[in-house]
Parts: sequence; structure tokens; C-alpha cells
Amino acid sequence: MTNDKYEAVIGLEVHAHMLTRSKLFCGCATDFGAPPNHNVCPVCMAMPGVLPVLNRHVVELAIRTGLATHSKIELHSVFARKSYFYPDLPKGYQISQYDEPLCRGGYIELPPRQSGEPRRIRLVRIHLEEDAGKNIHTDSASLVDLNRSGVPLMEIVSEPDLRTPEEAVDYLRELRGILVCVGASDGKMEEGSLRCDVNVSVRQRGATELGARTEIKNLNSFRFVEKAIVYEVNRQIEEIAAGRRIAQETHLWDPEREVTRPMRSKEFANDYRYFPEPDLPPLIVPPDLVEKIKAEMPELPAQQRENYAKDFGLTTYEVGVLLGREELGEYFMNIVVQSVNAKTAANWVMTEVLRAVNESGKPLGEAVPKPQETGALLRMVEESRISLNAAKSAFAAMCRSGKGAEATVADLGLAQVSDEASIAEACDRVLAAEGAKVAEYRAGRDKLFGFFVGAVMKAMGGKGNPKVVNEVLRRKLAG
Amino acid sequence: MGSDLNRLTITEARDRLRRREITSRELTRDCLERIAAVEPRLNAFITVCEDEAMAQAEEADRRLGQGDAPNLCGIPLGIKDIYCTRGVRTTCASRILGNFTPPFDATVIEKLRAEGAVFVGKANLDEFAMGSSTENSAFGPTRNPYDLERVAGGSSGGSAAAVAADECLAALGTDTGGSIRLPASFCGVVGIKPTYSRVSRYGVIAYASTLDQVGPFARTVRDAAMVLRAAAGADPRDSTCSARPVPDYERALTGEVRGMRIGVPTEYFVEGMDATVERTVRDALKKLEAMGARTVEISLPHTGYAVAAYYLIATAEASANLARYDGVRYGMRASADNNIELYNRTRAQGFGAEVKRRIMLGTFALSAGYYDAYYLKGQKVRTLIRRDFERAFESCDVVAAPVTPTTAFRLGEKTDDPLQMYLSDIFTISVNLAGLPGMSVPCGADGRGMPIGLQLIGPPFAEEAILRAGDAWERSSGFARPAPQL
Repeated sequence: MTNDKYEAVIGLEVHAHMLTRSKLFCGCATDFGAPPNHNVCPVCMAMPGVLPVLNRHVVELAIRTGLATHSKIELHSVFARKSYFYPDLPKGYQISQYDEPLCRGGYIELPPRQSGEPRRIRLVRIHLEEDAGKNIHTDSASLVDLNRSGVPLMEIVSEPDLRTPEEAVDYLRELRGILVCVGASDGKMEEGSLRCDVNVSVRQRGATELGARTEIKNLNSFRFVEKAIVYEVNRQIEEIAAGRRIAQETHLWDPEREVTRPMRSKEFANDYRYFPEPDLPPLIVPPDLVEKIKAEMPELPAQQRENYAKDFGLTTYEVGVLLGREELGEYFMNIVVQSVNAKTAANWVMTEVLRAVNESGKPLGEAVPKPQETGALLRMVEESRISLNAAKSAFAAMCRSGKGAEATVADLGLAQVSDEASIAEACDRVLAAEGAKVAEYRAGRDKLFGFFVGAVMKAMGGKGNPKVVNEVLRRKLAG
Repeated sequence: MGSDLNRLTITEARDRLRRREITSRELTRDCLERIAAVEPRLNAFITVCEDEAMAQAEEADRRLGQGDAPNLCGIPLGIKDIYCTRGVRTTCASRILGNFTPPFDATVIEKLRAEGAVFVGKANLDEFAMGSSTENSAFGPTRNPYDLERVAGGSSGGSAAAVAADECLAALGTDTGGSIRLPASFCGVVGIKPTYSRVSRYGVIAYASTLDQVGPFARTVRDAAMVLRAAAGADPRDSTCSARPVPDYERALTGEVRGMRIGVPTEYFVEGMDATVERTVRDALKKLEAMGARTVEISLPHTGYAVAAYYLIATAEASANLARYDGVRYGMRASADNNIELYNRTRAQGFGAEVKRRIMLGTFALSAGYYDAYYLKGQKVRTLIRRDFERAFESCDVVAAPVTPTTAFRLGEKTDDPLQMYLSDIFTISVNLAGLPGMSVPCGADGRGMPIGLQLIGPPFAEEAILRAGDAWERSSGFARPAPQL
């Protein structure tokens, strides 16, 4: 990976399917999974003579996204035709925005990692465009499904501000969070709702100029984004180290072999012959529409994190981890509502729960007990019914057995002894057996107190309530 | 036969239909009989819709019987074969769409259907409306009803010839650089190219999107005004279509031109134009003056750049508009082993020479590194031309000029010289670039009896002004179009 000598420079182009019922330029449905060529009409099939009509809702969603990313909403923007021939592109051109996009500039703030400051990743632009259909190849023929043709896409282009594969993934997660939050996309990468092209270059640390970059296409999961960048950065460093030049080219991620490979030049056109779409007038956004949308904006992820931190007394890093994954935050909240201390709950989720999830490789819902049970377990700690260590053993057992907190603690006999009489009896036994040490302590060797505590705990099989043990011992030794 | 109802104007036919003196079935049958009689020589139609037309006529008669039928109810019209018509083959005069039957109607067709109009057939044109003579048709050229050895003009030659030859009472065409006005002039009928955005383009097969406009052909200005009124108006399916209300154009036809200022552009009377055309147009202007109009000399200084700008903009837009004809979803498909071969063969076999020439011109004009020098510069010239007209309309109400430098030329005369063919449009192209309404009104004939048109041009949405001038001329000039001897 990157080392002291080289650093990676990464920029992302994210295509997000927008959460609308109808397509960008016609009234066809956008449902995922309809039978082939079911959601089509003359317009999205590019019959002769048809014309596009812009979906107003799409524009509003893009403005919401622009506002959520601190972008400048351009009140005048223009659609353009991007020409290339491909069977899944019925018009022979894609209607997109080119030199006059709907949103320019802006940034996305990433929560800090472990320590350090939040990071700002600047955006170049956000624009609207239509998706193409899908080619399906069989042994005897190539088939075209136009259900996806004309489905609205938002392209969000970042500046090359990212430096590591992990950071690229953080950016994607944050962007997805924003898109889901403002209702612009469902964020489902596995259904292709988010697709990502990555631009990667490598340069000597301290250099200010950018190296030649490659563009990696076809990345449809966080894992692939990370792996593809790792692979590509290493490849480029090796090339440069070997004295070779990096060719400015487009690569395709091969998820089977986990490598990137250059696309043949035939696989992409290089002259798209852009010109303003003559069938659509310039998109004029009335300023009061922007104001109206601004007034209706929901609480954004960054604001949510800040409020979380304040409400629960957590650090921004802790909040970042909890809210970075939707199900984690929800799990946390379901523990907190059982009046478990937020700090305790946060620590538990970030350590024990995450560990269980990572070790089992299962989704959270299957890897760990229901949050109600975990909450019950933590309440036992808070009520001094069990020790923290006991809770950890109980939790591990609960993950395996699926049993409840009470039952597990009982089965394993982990309940703490707070009864003063039993503790006093154990203390008496220890003090009787260690007469010499008692004399030394009473002569002034205070340090021996810890030894007595350990001996009493041992005598009680680790179940003595440490607080009570301390009190009783101190009294008896003073006696 | 003998009734010759097909020779009626729409106004006459409408009144007689409403009075139940004739039926739409009789009227339509007369048109169909005329079509059967003259088509072998004329070739104005690619597809004749006999059964559909008779069914529409029957329905129209039912509506007329109930009273309160719209203007065009029961009126037989010809439709340029560039309009998508549900269930009726729509070819655009191209092999590539030779077998294409649209599952939908163009908005204009839908509107006329709702009026109760009868569609007798799909009229011939230059392939994808690219041409000035209707010789670039995969279905053979349309001939001029006044001289079968001469062209009908283009690209809407079939529509113009059909109206001139009384095969229908009016017809729809499209005008991108003169494609309504030129054939109207060559065939001696009225042709209107309305303001860009006045009529919906939805379902009209696109040639050059910022220039294409829908318009009518008819035998009188009043008839043309009626068809235009029915066709025009807002369309939620065309974002470039104007929401302005459509005036009742017939009410503008007062017959009065007193005080009207008619601008005569110096640049439209050029060296090398046919002397008879110039004299006839100037005579028409004198008559308008005698009727109380005032002519003023005006200048449109950028006229000389119009043809060049047009052939950059129109071809650039066409190169993208015609990319959809790829053999994948509809129309002709050549047999091939892979994508690239499929495109190459389908398009090589499906398109004619002129269409290929314009696709190549336009592709070149949009190519990386050439965009600024060609497409963008063309758009800048367009702005200058629009300003020329804005300035001119400060001192006049309408502009009058010839439609073309010559009358109809002989078949084959210009087919080997595309540039000469392109120059047929020098007086019509500026109007498209500026998005203005323009009209050709018959104003005389040359020594061979070939018709000559007077072009009237108005400011944006001033259709009423040019219609009033054209109608006044038509009524007062004493000029009557001779019937073609077919």
C-alpha cells in the first residue's frame, strides 16, 4: 500500500438512482425487478418523433442533495446530448448535463477516524442524467431490456481529495447516508442504486502536481471500491518504481479475479459530441423553490452526529462509528431506551457487539442477541448484580446460545454476592490464614490491602461484590 | 363521378357539410377517386389510407348529424409521412422505416382526429425531410401537378402536390429550412410555417429540433388559417411548445391592409434570380401598396451567412436525431454478427445518400475540436440573423420577399449538385433560424405556367399579421390559381 514515499490521490464519481416513481423524461415506472421491457413507452424506447419532458420531482431531489452537500444551486442549467452507439442506449445519445450542471462546488464532511479532525471532501458538481437499458447476452443472441432506460440518475463528482481506500469508503458511506436522509436515493448498492467510478493516481509525498490517473468502472459495493483502489494503487506504485509511466486509461474491475484491467478502446467512445439538448429548454430553478426546499430539509447525518454527541455525552468518533452503520445506531438506541447509561451502551456496542459481528461474519441481527437482552445484561452490571467481566462472558455465551440475559447469568452462576455476612465470613477465613501479613499491614504496610482483596475474591470464586469486599476488609483490618 | 367535391375549399365544404348538403363520405370518396386517378403520374402519397379514411368519414358524418361539429369535422386531409400515425405505417420516405407502424399518434394528429378530420393518406417527402425537391424519397419523386417533368419542391412536396392536384382539401407539412414554403410556391398553394414553438412537435419525426416546425398547406389563406388553429397550442409532451393561447386566426382575416407597413429586404432580390420571379413579386407588392399598404426598404445584412449557419446547425442536430435508427428496436434491420456490423449495415442500407451526407456533416461539426468553429459559430450567426429581423420589425409590420429564386426546376436538374439544391432555400432558411412565422401565397406564374409564391414573414407569434396580408392579397388581387391540367 502507500508508504512513506508515495501517496494516493483519489476522486469518486457516484451515480445514484433517484428515488422517484417515474422516469426522468417520461411517465414510466422505475420499479426494480419488473419483467423485461415492461416499464417502457415510446419515449424511453426512442420511437421516432418522441420528446423528453423533465420530471419535476427529480429536480427537487437533486436540489435537496445539493443543499445537503453545501453546493451552489445553479438557477440556470442545461441538458446536453452525449452521443455514442450502444444497443442499450435507444436514442443513440444520453441526455445528461455537461458544462452547465444543476449544482456546483460544495463538500461532504466525514466523521473523524479514531482521533483527529473531521475531513472535508470537496465536490466538483452534481448533475442529472438518464440511465441506459441493459444488455443481456445469451448463447445465441444479445437481448436488450429497456426497463432501466430513462431512470433518473444523479452524478456526484468529488474533487480528488481522498487519500486512502478507507477514506474513499468513509466518503461513500457518508454520501449514501446523505442521499438516504434527504430521500434522493434508497442507497441500495446491491440493487445497483449506487454505482461508483473511481479515479486513482499516485504521486510522491509532498508533490503538488497530480500524476496520470486511471478510471476504474463497474464498482457496485463498498468492498469492491476498497479492494479496487488497493489493487490499483499498488499497481501504479510498482509501475512507477519500475520506471514505467502510468497510462491515462479506463479500467474495469474484475470482481472474480479481484484485479483491474484496461478496457479495450472499443468498449468506450472517446468523442461524445456533446451539444445542448434542443428538445429541452434550459432548466430554470425559481429562487423561491430553493428557499422552500431549504425550509423543509430534514436533519442531516452530520447534524445528527452532533446532537448524538451532545445528548449522550459521546465523542464525535464514537458517534461516527455508531451512526456509520444504520443498524448499529439503531441497536445502540434500543439499548439506551432501557435506561442504560449511554456511555456504557456505546462502549459495549463498539467493542463487544462489533467484535461478535466481525468474528461471526454474520449480519448484526443474527450475530448478537436482541438489543433488549443486551440491555438487560448491562442493567445487571449497573445494578452490581454481575461484574463487567462476568457480563462479557455472559454476552459471548448469549451470542452462541441465543438465550436471554437472566437465564445465561443464572446458568453460568455469574451473579455477584453482595450479602455482607457471606463476605465477612470469607474475610475472616482469609485473615485467619494470613496472620503474618495482617501483622505487617497493621504495622504500616498499606500496600498489602490489594493482596487481601485479591485473596477474598479468590476465596469467593470471583463473585464477591468488590465494593462490599473493600468496605468489610477495611473495617476488619482496622479492627 | 362529376361532383368534384374534392375541389372545394375547406370553408365551402365545412358549410355544406354543416347544412347536410353533402356528407363527409361523399367528399372523402371524391378525394380517394381523384387520388386513384392521378397518383400513378403524381406520386404525392406513400400510403393511401382508403379504409381508415372512409371509417373516419362515417364517424364524422355521425358527429355532423348531431350538430355543433368543429371546423375540420369530415374534412379530408393529407398528412406528410413524417407524422406518427397510430396503426398506419410511417416511413419518413426512408427504407430504414419502410416497415414502421407507430403505436401512437403525434400530438397534432391527435388534435385533428379529435376535430373529426379525415386522413386520406401519408404524403411523400424527401427522406427525413432532407431536400428541396422530394427527389430524395425512397418511394420515388413527387411530380409537379403543373408540369410532370418538374419537381414539386421539398421537402413537403407530396403534401403541396396533393393539395394542388385536389387529392385532399388541405395537408400537413413540416418546415425546417423552407420545406413548406418552397413546395407551396412551386405548386401554387398556400403554405404556412408558424412561429417556432407555436405547434407541438411531439410525434413528428425530428430532423433538426430547433428548426423543425409543423404547418398546413391549403388552397386559400383562410383554409390554412383554420388548419393552423386546430393544430396549434400548448402540449405537455413538448417542452419547447409555447403555452400562449391560440388566437382565432379567421377573425384576423379582415381583408384590410391599409396602413400596414411592409418591409422589403434588399438582400432578397439578388443577382442571378429569375427575372420573372422578381417582377411578379414586385408587382404583387405594388398591388398591396395600391390596396393601402406602405412598403419600406429594409436590410437584413446577415442573410448571406444563413445557408452556411443552417447547414451546420441542422446537420449537427440531425446527426444525433437520426442515431436512434440502429436496427435494434424497430424499422429495418440488416443481418449482422455483432453490434458494430449491425449498425454499419443497417444504416448503410437504410439511409439514402443525402441523409448520409448530412449525418456526416453534422457529426463532423460536433466533433471534439470543431464544436466552437462550427456548431457554436453557427449559433452565433443565428443570433445575428434574429437581431437583423428584430431591427427590421422596428420599421415594418411584415416582411415581403420571394420564396425562391426560381420556379420549379426539372426533375434531376440539381440532384448531382447538392450545393445548387441547397441554394433553393436561400430566401426561406433565415426565417427558420430566427424562429419566425412565414407563409407562401400564390402570386402569379412564369411563362410556362409554373406558379410563383409571395413570402410574407412576421415577428414571433404575429401569424395574424401575415395571414391578414396574405388573405387581403388573395381576395383583392384578382389573381386566381389556374387548375392543373393532369
